[in-house]
Amino acid sequence: MVDRTLYLRRKAINGAFLTLSAGAELFGLVWLGFILFELIVEGIGGLGPQVFTEMTPPPGSDGGLLNAIAGSIIMSALAVAAGTPIGILAGTYLAEYGRHGKLSFYIRFLNDILLSAPSIVIGIFIYEVLVRPMGRFSALAGAAALAVIVIPVVVRTTENMLLLVPGSLREAAIALGAPMSSVIRTVTWRAARAGIITGVLLAIARISGETAPLLFTALNNQFWSTNLTQPIASLPTIIFQFAMSPYEDWHRLAWAGALLITFAVLALSVVARVLEAQRKQG
Amino acid sequence: MSAGMQNGNNARARIDIRDLSFYYGETKALKNISLPLYDRKVTAFIGPSGCGKSTLLRVLNRIYALYPNQHAEGEVLLDGEDILTAKQDLNLLRARVGMVFQKPTPFPMTIYDNIAFGINLYEKLPKSELDDRVQNALERAALWGEVKDKLNASGLSLSGGQQQRLCIARTVATRPEVILLDEPCSALDPISTAKIEELIDELSKEYTIVIVTHNMQQASRASDYTAFMYLGELIEYGATDKVFTAPENSQTEQYITGRFG
Repeated sequence: MVDRTLYLRRKAINGAFLTLSAGAELFGLVWLGFILFELIVEGIGGLGPQVFTEMTPPPGSDGGLLNAIAGSIIMSALAVAAGTPIGILAGTYLAEYGRHGKLSFYIRFLNDILLSAPSIVIGIFIYEVLVRPMGRFSALAGAAALAVIVIPVVVRTTENMLLLVPGSLREAAIALGAPMSSVIRTVTWRAARAGIITGVLLAIARISGETAPLLFTALNNQFWSTNLTQPIASLPTIIFQFAMSPYEDWHRLAWAGALLITFAVLALSVVARVLEAQRKQG
Repeated sequence: MSAGMQNGNNARARIDIRDLSFYYGETKALKNISLPLYDRKVTAFIGPSGCGKSTLLRVLNRIYALYPNQHAEGEVLLDGEDILTAKQDLNLLRARVGMVFQKPTPFPMTIYDNIAFGINLYEKLPKSELDDRVQNALERAALWGEVKDKLNASGLSLSGGQQQRLCIARTVATRPEVILLDEPCSALDPISTAKIEELIDELSKEYTIVIVTHNMQQASRASDYTAFMYLGELIEYGATDKVFTAPENSQTEQYITGRFG
């Protein structure tokens, strides 16, 4: 016979557990919602066409964020262009060639350390190896710092996505007499493509808000510049500078910039999710 | 299809397995197996799960070499040359000894490219010739009629049975000498299974075929020779007719009649 008291007790425990989990979830969501709400309320006022067409102004005059937006895009693009191939190739080595090797074990370990290294440490490192020898802050140094952040993210996701490719697919290609390099290029990369691209998008999302490494490398610039060997503006550093200032109009621009970054990251995440869903459907 | 005893007399061994042992780490999975695989004949490996029949198949194209801690001892002669030596080029070996797996493994590319991939590895053909080869391979795998209007569709869009025939077409297209089939029908329905068995029969006119199967009827229908394995040992080997009607070993008889395994 069914023991009713035992059953009811289990049901009660289940209810309590569900309430606790849901409550924790809600607690997290409330703060996230609060942040987004505040950001939109404060940022939307500063957001106008001039944000995208005018340079950062001196206090008390009108202006926008064009130089900062351009600087962020230039440095992110350079960082991704440099970091992605290295990351994908290294991740491929870990998953395909050196999966069981001792070298891979150490590379994986170091990569995990790099993945969680405070970005300010990376900024100081690039300051030492690039900024000091060059004698000045530059967009190039900023991009290098961001690239160092991109690499471990891409290495990790590439390896994980390639490990998800079924071994039977790899065996099938090898059984046709295909050398490892063509198996990788034509079969496993293709099978893992959506996942690898997702990893790159997540890496872009990660670097788009980085401030600390840029303060040590690209510094900042109040004016329009596309010269890679000169200091360059970026959204995070402008937000940092403007938000710390005592000027009301700078505050408004800082909020607008924060809103822009948030929505850019949100858009990237959505695209990444869509790609991920496509991957799961096969 | 059946093979009379007279077929066995003039057949030539394409592959000669001699005193082969195989290890997964320390575990000995194959124990001193010796067995000929005759040219343009179908040989079936049967036996209960874990008996080593798939392991034996995976030695023949050395696909096991992908994994550390697996190694083989003894000799496997393909046309008189030992393929287990270190100097054997594995890619070339696999181009000569093709393999079809238990689960269909279409590549994430178009149906056409699935076939062309293998051909392009070893031959540089003009487009029209490549088209012919792709069509020929699909025809031989009895798939052409079903896919000729959608060669640019993804190989993944096909049904399970079609995918498996695509994999067979892909293997045939590279013109190997030996084809290894590892339970090719275990994931398929009876109609697809029948099509694949017909195909095996057809292919055996040109290729040396080895098939691992759990299905006794399939072994008796589709093969000329049968090897019964148990716990890593070869218990009985002979012409399929004889193994199935008058087995010499009592374990073989019990397994075939479904009393153990």
